[in-house]
Amino acid sequence: METVLAFVIGILFAVGIYLMMRRSLVKLIIGLGVLGHAANLLIFTVGRLTRGEPPLIGKHEEVLSGTFADPLPQALILTAIVIGFGVQVFAAVLIKSAYRIVGTDDLDEMKSTDETQP
Amino acid sequence: MPSLILSTATRYLLPLMLLFSVFVLIRGHNEPGGGFIGGLVASTAYALYAISSGVEKARAALPIEPRYIIAVGLGIAVTSGMISMILGDPFMTSQWLDTVFPVIGKVGTPVMFDTGVYLVVIGVTLTIIFNLAEGE
Amino acid sequence: MLYAVVSGFGAALVAPLIHQSVRRWSGWLLVLLPLALFGYFASHMEQISDGEKIAFAYTWVPSLDVELAFMLDGLSLLFVLLVSGIGALIVLYGSAYLADHPQLGRFYAYLLMFMASMLGVALADNLITLFIFWELTSISSYLLIAFKHDYESSREAAKKALIVTGAGGLALLAGLILVGIEADTWTISELASRKDVIQEGGLYLPALLLILVGCFAKSAQFPFHFWLPYAMEAPTPVSAYLHSATMVKAGVYLLARLHPSLGGTDEWHAIVTGVGGLTMLIAGFIAWQHTDLKKILAYTTISALGILVFLLGIGTGLAVKGAMIFLLVHSLYKGALFMVAGSIDHETGTRDIAQLGDLAKSMPFTAVGAGLAALSMAGLPPLLGFIGKEIIYEATQEAHDLLPLVLTAAALLANIFNVAAAAMVTLKPFTGQAAHTPKHPHEAPLAMWIGPVVLGGFTLAFGVASNLLLKDFFAQTVAAVYGKPYEVKLGLWHGLNTTLVLSVVTLVAGGLLYAYLRQILPIVKPLNVGEKLGPDRLYDIGFEGILDFASLTERFFQNGHLRYYLMTIIFTLSSLLILTMTTQIDFDSIQLNVDDVLLHEYLLAGLMIAAAITITMTSSRLMAVAALGVVGYSVALLYVFYGAPDLAMTQFSIETLSVVVLVLVLYRLPKFKDFSTPRSRARDGIIAVMFGGLVTTLILIITSEPLQSRLSPYFAENSYVLAKGHNVVNVILVDFRGFDTMGEITVLGVAAIGIFALLKLRPSSRKEE
Repeated sequence: METVLAFVIGILFAVGIYLMMRRSLVKLIIGLGVLGHAANLLIFTVGRLTRGEPPLIGKHEEVLSGTFADPLPQALILTAIVIGFGVQVFAAVLIKSAYRIVGTDDLDEMKSTDETQP
Repeated sequence: MPSLILSTATRYLLPLMLLFSVFVLIRGHNEPGGGFIGGLVASTAYALYAISSGVEKARAALPIEPRYIIAVGLGIAVTSGMISMILGDPFMTSQWLDTVFPVIGKVGTPVMFDTGVYLVVIGVTLTIIFNLAEGE
Repeated sequence: MLYAVVSGFGAALVAPLIHQSVRRWSGWLLVLLPLALFGYFASHMEQISDGEKIAFAYTWVPSLDVELAFMLDGLSLLFVLLVSGIGALIVLYGSAYLADHPQLGRFYAYLLMFMASMLGVALADNLITLFIFWELTSISSYLLIAFKHDYESSREAAKKALIVTGAGGLALLAGLILVGIEADTWTISELASRKDVIQEGGLYLPALLLILVGCFAKSAQFPFHFWLPYAMEAPTPVSAYLHSATMVKAGVYLLARLHPSLGGTDEWHAIVTGVGGLTMLIAGFIAWQHTDLKKILAYTTISALGILVFLLGIGTGLAVKGAMIFLLVHSLYKGALFMVAGSIDHETGTRDIAQLGDLAKSMPFTAVGAGLAALSMAGLPPLLGFIGKEIIYEATQEAHDLLPLVLTAAALLANIFNVAAAAMVTLKPFTGQAAHTPKHPHEAPLAMWIGPVVLGGFTLAFGVASNLLLKDFFAQTVAAVYGKPYEVKLGLWHGLNTTLVLSVVTLVAGGLLYAYLRQILPIVKPLNVGEKLGPDRLYDIGFEGILDFASLTERFFQNGHLRYYLMTIIFTLSSLLILTMTTQIDFDSIQLNVDDVLLHEYLLAGLMIAAAITITMTSSRLMAVAALGVVGYSVALLYVFYGAPDLAMTQFSIETLSVVVLVLVLYRLPKFKDFSTPRSRARDGIIAVMFGGLVTTLILIITSEPLQSRLSPYFAENSYVLAKGHNVVNVILVDFRGFDTMGEITVLGVAAIGIFALLKLRPSSRKEE
């Protein structure tokens, strides 16, 4: 499955980067979201995949034994998901405010308004 | 978007989901769950309520302003880390009580810390959603 | 002793509040703290004079072997008494000098903060502790120089002082660490016993050079001296306290403190004596060419610091004794003279000596203090300054290992300049013809003249009864610097010898220089090449160069186009990746393994790819958001399949919230538009696809190698045993890596506050306030 996911992740990265290079603000936000998914999946895959064995220690056991999914990437991704949400929303709100003030959603035009101001 | 079915449903769903979120938080140390997930469940409940019945009602259903929840949550999290310093260990060394409580299970500073996380997540999400939904 | 140091920081916090509540009497109230500290330290005088040392250590960062360690010995006692004693006089002086200033409370806060930091420097017995207090003095000095922050010159002066001393501080830190490594201890009082290890180790020279740079920058030695005259922008009480009596002596203090462990080598003699000598001559030479009281005092201060460094460089018992006595002498008279200069400025409205005269009649008390201080500065008996100068001459004559004749000549010249400067700052303003001043002169208030008079009185008392008052104590001070016991004898009369002759020559020559100043000035003017070529100019050129370079790179990289930023990042990252891959990776080892993939997993992967491509193709915003949701939920499903229920639950909730937020935001944004040309779209497409391909290759390479994790087995074994949790992921989050999570929720909180600010705080609402 790692092989399949490698291609999926590559495509997600390509889509995310492509969207972020557009001049439209809205595409920028969505690209950011795609990139977030891609990065999380990358960590998850690189940590190796184990089907259906969550890292939970049994009721009457003291250590995790047998095969189990790696808990470390999971912990990393869990925080990354939440932080990613925060970043995405922050970017969205920032863009929304910028749009309200500047009146365009073209990133290139935003640059020029910045320069004409004293 | 006042939809009668949705608003009626969420009105009964809200307390249930809140209860569920607390359950997720408490059992998080031993089963899937925890502060992040619990907090997200609780915020989803409020977010749905805000969308179906309006932000004002959702705000009214929340005892305090969401921004203050962030502060309280961070405060709890930091305090949980400080407890070990008072007891002479480095910052954030986990401390556990020996007694096992019914429902909650073992009580220790990590559980308290997770509660802080839970509150911060709720506060953050609701600050965002409420303010966005209120618009200009 | 910890409380003695910390109390100053505590008082700094409440000082503005105290000032607000009691207003006029705040100075008299706050002075109690330095007075109490002075009393506390003075009460140890007898113990210290008997040769005892008092040490306290508190653990601070045990893992780095950093202790909050303090030690009181002869050397540190001399310093803390100067710091707290003069500090008390300065607090009083400042309360009157800045009585009408609206930010007097803040002034007290900075001043007390500085005092506490300086006490920390003098008492610290751990290299790192010392460094931290050292930097705190730099910062409080910065704040105090920039106290009149609405003047550009003040801010510039403060910045210059901070950059020079701060850069020196960095060098010092590196040097201290090298010493610590070489000696294998961070405790300063243990360094001396490892002198041989340190001096024979290969790190000795770099460590010495780095430490010297730090000390020289702090104590305004050539070529780092130029910040000190600028620092005179500070209110005069600050100049009197920090920039003459105490802070600038921190460098001298550290040289003295480290002399037993680093001193005595050829390098030490050559560099320290050379730099000190050069500084005392250059600064002394410049001093008497100015007419601004504070400028004259600033340059004589640099010159005096030069003398101290010069003596420590010589490093014989006699030279050390001379340095320690002269340190006391200088702090007393220079503190007094600065206060006098401030009083004159305050009461007459000018500090240009050309516009001053005959103030002794209108300002009698100030004149008494000034007179005593100046006599000590000129080195006349029976004041302490005379004793100090005599010992300096004795020390230079006796430095047989070096070049006694050259050293003595240099000291003589520096002292002649000093005599002339002393005459200029007192004879000219206080005697002779009355001059017309901007304000009608009258005596300064009690709080302002008491300082010079007290310091002048001490100078006189110490001079007359030197052996009685200072002998035992200074024996300990000198021993602490010299590294072994040294018998100290003090007195005014040493018989008719070369030293006395030198003293007389000094006075006569200095007097002549003052008398014929007007004739001499035009002759020496052409010699001042420093303004065009000096280190100050170099600093300015360097500083502007850095700024220019910064704006040049910024214009190139910060061009205002997000996609060019992205391209820069992608290009750099890809180049590094490709370079590593082509040189280090065997591509044959990559395995493409799809045997174990189940049907529904193929479907899921296909769904994700289809959704991703839809996002790029669609012209509808809602469709894009929905497709993004599909990707998100698919990722969540993947987490379910592969044993990550926590992630799945998080992803599901977040995805729901994300859609809600995106719809709320996009609702108010315009429809999708294609701004870019097909050509640029093709270009971006190629870049994106190439980068995606690179990521795919990277993953394939990584997953073809076996995974070696040491952390995961540790968590698997210890989650329940150590942290009492069955859910390993949650245990990592709240316990093993709890500190990270703490940082993360803080970031989340900050993001939420930022969003709130963006949405709810408007520029228009600010105007209404």
